[in-house]
Amino acid sequence: MSSDTGLVVGQKRWTSWALGLLAWAVGLLFFFPIFWMVLNGFKEEIDANSSPQLFFDPTLDRYRDVTSETPGLLGFKEAFANSFWIVLISTILVMILAVPAAYSLAIRPVRKWRDVLFFFISTKFLPIVGAILPLWIIARDLDLLNTRTVLIILYTAMNLPLAVWMLRSFFMEVPRELIEAAQIDGAGLRGQLTSVVMPIVAPGLAATALLCVIFAWNEFFLAVQLNPVDGSTMPIWVTSNVSTRGNFLAKLSAASTLATLPVVLAGWVAQKRMIRGLAMGAIK
Amino acid sequence: MTDTQPDTAPDAGPDTRDEERAEERRHLERREKWIRRLPLLPALLFTIVITQVPFVFSLFYSLTDWKIIPPTPRTFIGFDNFTDLVDNQFFRDAAWVSVVMTASAVLLSLILGTGIALLLDRKFFGQGFVRTLLITPFLVMPVVAGLVWKNQVFSSQYGVINWLLNLVGIDNVEFVTRYPLWSIVIVLVWEWTPFMMLIILAGLQGQPTDVLEAARVDGATNRAIFFQITLPHLKPYLELGTLLGSIYLIQVFDQIEVITGGGPDSSNIPFFVFQRSIGGGWDFGAASAMSIVVVIASIVLANLGLRVLSGLLEGEDPA
Repeated sequence: MSSDTGLVVGQKRWTSWALGLLAWAVGLLFFFPIFWMVLNGFKEEIDANSSPQLFFDPTLDRYRDVTSETPGLLGFKEAFANSFWIVLISTILVMILAVPAAYSLAIRPVRKWRDVLFFFISTKFLPIVGAILPLWIIARDLDLLNTRTVLIILYTAMNLPLAVWMLRSFFMEVPRELIEAAQIDGAGLRGQLTSVVMPIVAPGLAATALLCVIFAWNEFFLAVQLNPVDGSTMPIWVTSNVSTRGNFLAKLSAASTLATLPVVLAGWVAQKRMIRGLAMGAIK
Repeated sequence: MTDTQPDTAPDAGPDTRDEERAEERRHLERREKWIRRLPLLPALLFTIVITQVPFVFSLFYSLTDWKIIPPTPRTFIGFDNFTDLVDNQFFRDAAWVSVVMTASAVLLSLILGTGIALLLDRKFFGQGFVRTLLITPFLVMPVVAGLVWKNQVFSSQYGVINWLLNLVGIDNVEFVTRYPLWSIVIVLVWEWTPFMMLIILAGLQGQPTDVLEAARVDGATNRAIFFQITLPHLKPYLELGTLLGSIYLIQVFDQIEVITGGGPDSSNIPFFVFQRSIGGGWDFGAASAMSIVVVIASIVLANLGLRVLSGLLEGEDPA
């Protein structure tokens, strides 16, 4: 009897080990392409363009190559600055518009809050391709093609529904009793917001803003259609490192690493809260 | 004199005073309503102007014959663009690619994501670290994902897969040229599995532990627990994953652009619209008609999706 249980426990422990090991293997497998990209960025072109090798003399020269300026071509600094300002301003605009809206949907809800929320989400169901041609025409007629402004406006519109959706779920977590207590204590709207609501939703605000940053930073479709020249962003800069002449693998890897790093770091930091805002907002 | 008695007469009877109060209350209520609505309006107006109005224009363009380059006057042709689409082999190819790409990428990433979520929903050494590794593909810029897979994983000369195949004696395969659609689907699955995993993981962690305990005490097998308790509990999460995944994946553009650059085997409708218009075709009338087809397909998906969402929001009322 006792040896039987011992066997079962032993078997269980073995299965548990194996499953843990499998999780590690899957994790490493999924991460491998990124690891490989980072590794190739530190190689000489000749090493990157040969059969895969793990050991080599690491060099920073490719990073120097991709960040050096070539007159007439989109440079790293320019693309980074464009992306930085477009992402920053559009995210600020999203938050300015979305915070009051989410407040109206969660804390002092309008009567048809469900319909309004549906409307916001339903705009995400309409594929952007259905709007791109009119947007192009309007942008051209307003002289906005190839400007940062057009991308700022469109990225704001792109992220707004998602931000409203997420922020609403964070606002819903504010206990109503706390707000009522503040009201009884005579706190005005401003007092309720600063002393009760904001401290609770602040981490949620940060996570939402971060998600907007990630989506805007990575956006390529609108950038390539409306803004392929002057206000070009990081994704366009990455693709400009693909050349039809000569080897480019190591350089492309360095450029890709530079373009990916900010957002990956941000995502790692905020992963748990972002998920809660996205998933738990819908299902509670 | 009496028939023009004003409402606000000071010597009015109790009836009028009640009416007066009611009026005042209505006025306050209306004000209160607008105060509640006000914070919502900027976001609502902005969204309507930027995202809804262009669709109306698209609809109008789709009924016209209109080329931008060389500039031709816009002429109204009714539904001719749409009937032309039926005969357009390239468009039919693109529609098929759209269907296969979206369906297979959503399905595969959902299955893989669920499997991985189950693996991660147990205590093991380095759990948080492995989760971090696993979400990274979703954070990577789609353009970068496409380029890395194309040039460093799939490539017949320098790719890792072919290097492994060579080790076991299989000749080089130029994956992207031979299997353009499936190469893209693999990259999409790689990027979306982490997303599905995270949603399912949120579901698994919200499972009532007492029910699981009770089932175990009653001697239920792991398999029975999974199929009879876990899976039904996961249903809304699976639906949410499918919904969000399809919305985004029906619009894939970046990976196609950098992996194959389009072509009958790998252009979906959004990419084909781009090729026929801003990407060099400049036929805005016909391209608009195609984009309307994507919109209609999405509305069908959205209707299914919204039904799911309304189920999710059911019973949740903050008022």
